[in-house]
Amino acid sequence: MAPTEPPVRYIERTRDYYRALGYQHDYVWAHFDDVPFVRLAAPLASTRIGLVTTASPPGLENRDARGVRHVWSGAVAPPPTKLFTDNVAWDKESTHTDDRASYLPIEMVAELAGQGVIGGLAPRFHGVPTEYSHRKTLEQDAPQILARLRDDGSQAAILCPL
Amino acid sequence: MPTVIIGSALDIVEHCGVPRLLFTDFPLGNPCGPPWRRDLQRSIVAQAISLLVSAERPRTTVRSPVEWPSDDPWRPRYGRVQPQELERLKALGEERRKRQQDAKVTPSRS
Repeated sequence: MAPTEPPVRYIERTRDYYRALGYQHDYVWAHFDDVPFVRLAAPLASTRIGLVTTASPPGLENRDARGVRHVWSGAVAPPPTKLFTDNVAWDKESTHTDDRASYLPIEMVAELAGQGVIGGLAPRFHGVPTEYSHRKTLEQDAPQILARLRDDGSQAAILCPL
Repeated sequence: MPTVIIGSALDIVEHCGVPRLLFTDFPLGNPCGPPWRRDLQRSIVAQAISLLVSAERPRTTVRSPVEWPSDDPWRPRYGRVQPQELERLKALGEERRKRQQDAKVTPSRS
């Protein structure tokens, strides 16, 4: 477990895996030449922070009759014990997702809010579906996530993809 | 809105391009810390919050100093393709493509 081990090359791994499955075209990962950037508008101690996850609600209630997944939200108090994670790609042989805080750290952010380090934790976290289609994420899901964060009074967000 | 990602797929997130990334070098699934390790999860969230403030430009990546607390050799495992599995994977792919094709013809089918 040397700290100098290079990070896993997931793009290459994923490409080789889907080629082995017989897919003719490699997945085209999202890529942006221009990346937006804004600084915090207020001191951290008065900044309310929202959380975003790629996990799904336990009963997959965000899925409509056609099987399309939608943006969803959940309360941080009380925090959910467990969310549904079987439908996203993670290393199911090496670890588990039984501890929700390992991928959605509600309690840790709430602690910092309680200590006055940040201005507060938003009352809801938000779930974004992981889609093959870049267009759905960009044009439908991301704007909804942003609107919900703003509705909560969030001034910054921590995004936690599994 | 200022954002920070806590993520373990360094190459994918950097290929995309994001404002701020706290890279946690863990098996995919627990970006915010090893399961049940509140101490390490607490450190990681504090590092992410700190990055929200300290980053001065987009594509700022900081590697978390927290190490995966196990000697388990997880790195080669995820998504690996082993020669003895090629036939099985090919058949799996064909089955998936057929299922996807069927779903297109009859969209109401689960």
